[in-house]
Amino acid sequence: MVYGVLRFINFAHSDIFMVGAFVGYYTSRGFVWQKTGLKFGGLPQESFLWGTVILLIAMLFCALLGIIIERLAYRPLRHSSKLNVLITAIGVSLLLENVGQFYFGAAPKAFPSLFPAKNFQPAAGVILSSNQIAVFVVTISLLVFLQFIILKTRVGAAMRAVSFNPTASSLVGINNNFIIAFTFGLGSALAGAGGILFSINYQAIDPLMGILPGLKAFVAAVLGGIGNIPGAALGGLLLGIIETFFNGSRLSTYTDAIAFAILILILLFRPAGLLGRVQVEKV
Amino acid sequence: MKLPLPQLFLVATLLVSLTISHFAHRFDPYHLEITIAVGINIILAVSLNLINGYTGQFSLGHAGFMAMGAYTSAAISIHAGPTLLSLFGFAGKSGSISLLFFVALLSGGIAAALAGLLVGTPSLRLKGDYLAIVTLGFGEIIRVIFRNIEPLGGALGLTGIPAYTTFFWTFGFAAITVYTIVSLVHSTYGRGFLAVHDDEVAAEAMGINTTRYKIVAFLIGAFFAGIAGGLYGHFKLSIAPGGFDFMRSIEIVVMVILGGMANTPGVIAAAILLTVLPEWLRPVQEYRMIIYSLLLIVLMLTRPQGLFSFGWYEKWRARRSATEA
Amino acid sequence: MNMKRFWQIGWPMTPLLAAMLLLVSGCGKSDSSAPSGSSADGAQSIIVGEFASLTGKEAVFGQSSHKGTALAVEELNSAGGVLGKKIDLRTEDTQSRQGESSTVVRKLISRDKAVAILGEVASSRSLEGADVCQQNKVPMISPSSTNPTVTEKGDYIFRVCFIDEFQASVLAAFADKKLKARNVALLSDVSSAYSVGLGDFFKQSFTANGGKIVAEQKYNGGDKDFKAQLTAIKASNPDAIFVPGYYTEAGLIVAQARQLGITVPLFGGDGWEAPELLEIGGKAMEGTYYSTHYSPEDSDPAVQNFVQKFKAKYNGEVPDAMAALGYDSMMVLADAIKRAGSTEGEKLKQAIAATRDFAGVTGKTTMDAKRNASKTAVIVAIKDGKFQYVDKIAP
Repeated sequence: MVYGVLRFINFAHSDIFMVGAFVGYYTSRGFVWQKTGLKFGGLPQESFLWGTVILLIAMLFCALLGIIIERLAYRPLRHSSKLNVLITAIGVSLLLENVGQFYFGAAPKAFPSLFPAKNFQPAAGVILSSNQIAVFVVTISLLVFLQFIILKTRVGAAMRAVSFNPTASSLVGINNNFIIAFTFGLGSALAGAGGILFSINYQAIDPLMGILPGLKAFVAAVLGGIGNIPGAALGGLLLGIIETFFNGSRLSTYTDAIAFAILILILLFRPAGLLGRVQVEKV
Repeated sequence: MKLPLPQLFLVATLLVSLTISHFAHRFDPYHLEITIAVGINIILAVSLNLINGYTGQFSLGHAGFMAMGAYTSAAISIHAGPTLLSLFGFAGKSGSISLLFFVALLSGGIAAALAGLLVGTPSLRLKGDYLAIVTLGFGEIIRVIFRNIEPLGGALGLTGIPAYTTFFWTFGFAAITVYTIVSLVHSTYGRGFLAVHDDEVAAEAMGINTTRYKIVAFLIGAFFAGIAGGLYGHFKLSIAPGGFDFMRSIEIVVMVILGGMANTPGVIAAAILLTVLPEWLRPVQEYRMIIYSLLLIVLMLTRPQGLFSFGWYEKWRARRSATEA
Repeated sequence: MNMKRFWQIGWPMTPLLAAMLLLVSGCGKSDSSAPSGSSADGAQSIIVGEFASLTGKEAVFGQSSHKGTALAVEELNSAGGVLGKKIDLRTEDTQSRQGESSTVVRKLISRDKAVAILGEVASSRSLEGADVCQQNKVPMISPSSTNPTVTEKGDYIFRVCFIDEFQASVLAAFADKKLKARNVALLSDVSSAYSVGLGDFFKQSFTANGGKIVAEQKYNGGDKDFKAQLTAIKASNPDAIFVPGYYTEAGLIVAQARQLGITVPLFGGDGWEAPELLEIGGKAMEGTYYSTHYSPEDSDPAVQNFVQKFKAKYNGEVPDAMAALGYDSMMVLADAIKRAGSTEGEKLKQAIAATRDFAGVTGKTTMDAKRNASKTAVIVAIKDGKFQYVDKIAP
């Protein structure tokens, strides 16, 4: 979505994902409450309410972080070459990772359980945990929410306008700066949510945890069609299935490479992705 | 009479490094080690500069080419070593080692060049960000493949590589790399690279085969990266897939950016600075990566043309087009 | 025309030349021929180099090992030093990265003039450093690298811990006798030579006793999701699952195995040892086991003494196996220096090789012909959310 509006790959996206996870870690551990002196009494740990609250806090924090990054690092470069912005994005990504390593320590930490853990067995041989269901539910709701914003609200229309033609959109009175900041904030919030959901299921978090998921997310987006949200979801699903298949097979050691191989194949044979529109380049 | 001055420079550099190498044992080994590391990084940075700087193809997988060179040359030294040494016996002990090393390095370079071909070809249709991610992907794929090749050590890596790298080999090749790439770019043929960099569509319209130029850039850049990899392997005496990851590629990219894309003297200076700086900063090395990343951001915001470029490139380009107009 | 070409091509070459000359002149012609200091030069202290991962992914292990070594140095110095001289410990950080070890070891040898090197925890980094030490004929003692290839580098390389071959045979015997397992599934980390090696040795040992490996799955260090591999393992119906990897993944693996309904015990090697193991795995860790070099609950007075001293120095922190081995590596070195009567490379090497029944906190250390120490292994179980010492197995 960010790519659609801004036309550049935000390398730092995966690190905001990581920040979300750490925000969840520290807030649920009570550090924040102790430091700021706010009382948050009465809420039981490991309840749906608690989990949702942490999720929202992380999303808010990440949204703010995203907006700040955009303002400081990307906006000044809005009119310079794409390469420069890309390099800056890499710089931001590295900065987040290394500051994270410095402050949080590079060793993995155990992420607490936010939602009550229960196992369900809907069918024989298939075991689902409540955490996995939580991921499913939250993801679907966020996707629906996102589609709603983009398709049915004025802000969404403005976002689409900016993604089609930034010059024209400012001519019709859209405040590009605001829309871009908003897009970033929204995207970052989603990244933060992703971080929390990921950590609930895979309880070890570390400052470099975002890199691989970030790259795979990009591959998924390309696979489904850049700039296309249902496509991205489809891409994610496909990639996940292919990876799991490889994990259980004898080639499990090549899994990391599989994602990239898929990317290269897609870009070679169907660059628009499965659900994307082919863009004709005008000279 | 026209003196072949540029070639003279090359020969002079080679001779100087040979002399210095001769007295290598008189120097502090730690300093010598840093110097050799500088030489290797110069080769890496200048070769990447051809792809990224001059031809404008944003490649993030240079470490993969380095890995190709390192593993190939190490494999030859270790496995084919004894046979080749006896084959070259006519040149005496040090002569045969030199010949073996030369063969090993060259094979490493060629292997890397082939990888460069493999990476360059799909990249032809891609621009900017996509190209970056794909080259990154290739670098990772190469790394994962090596991690799975047991005869080459797998995850533990290849150890016991003979210590053939000397000052002479390193700076000798550095000189050759710089000479080759600079001559190439400054030649008539070399203008094609710059044309591709500036505007591909216009270049194609002018009849320049952009495809060929891009592939050549990748080939040559990868070749020298492979040589650097070979030198690296015979210097550290052990290599592992983990040492050729995305971070390594980024470190080389930072050198190119710091030096100023397409600015070879600047890139060389940047390579020197970024190799020596971490050693000086060893007391505060936890901050090293933080400083690196801040450097990248600040540089892009304030001085995107690099620390060491003073408009020479732009002036040179202006002068060229002016004289030809 | 000619001048133009000259400047076009000569121009970039000049910085290259200048760089070379500058760097080389900066080298200075120091006459460091023999890197190992000799006691005859009247130095005030004995310089010992240490390389460890103080930052980065494996900082937990490196920090622990370093703390043990530092404690040993403090003890030795307060008792008057070795051969009348104080020990000066110089520590360098390898950042858990490949490629750093050889640089820092070279620095320790040529600049700091270390007479011996202690390090590293991870076998891959020990291998890197070993090449340099062997080349320069400086003795190196690894506190806890268990991969056999480390000491094969040369006669100057030693270790004070057991090797994976032994560890694997201990675990195979444990699986057979205590867990009564006939069929075992193996889940190893291909990105770690330690894991692969330990897994392979286990296979050899276990099948030699008539056991069967019913499934073999692999993962990469850093992976978070092991459900696919575990599902395949579950289908093969093992009596136990062996996970010879590091604690970061082991914790997740155990937790996910329990989520999938796998009830058989899981066990691993010394890579499991870290307090975070319990945090990451949570309640699922009940009923799992691993082998390690020592346990702080060992009633041996030497061990208890060490634990008390460590707690006193480091704010109540209980020393783990890495710390204990770090401590012993320094003690063994000091003992060898005393016996050799000098810090000269060749003599020191011989003295270390002659170590017999040196009583340390990880048991008695004897250097065998391959410069490995035959040590007892300790089995630890996780019960009631705590580490519990189960058994001690001698070679």
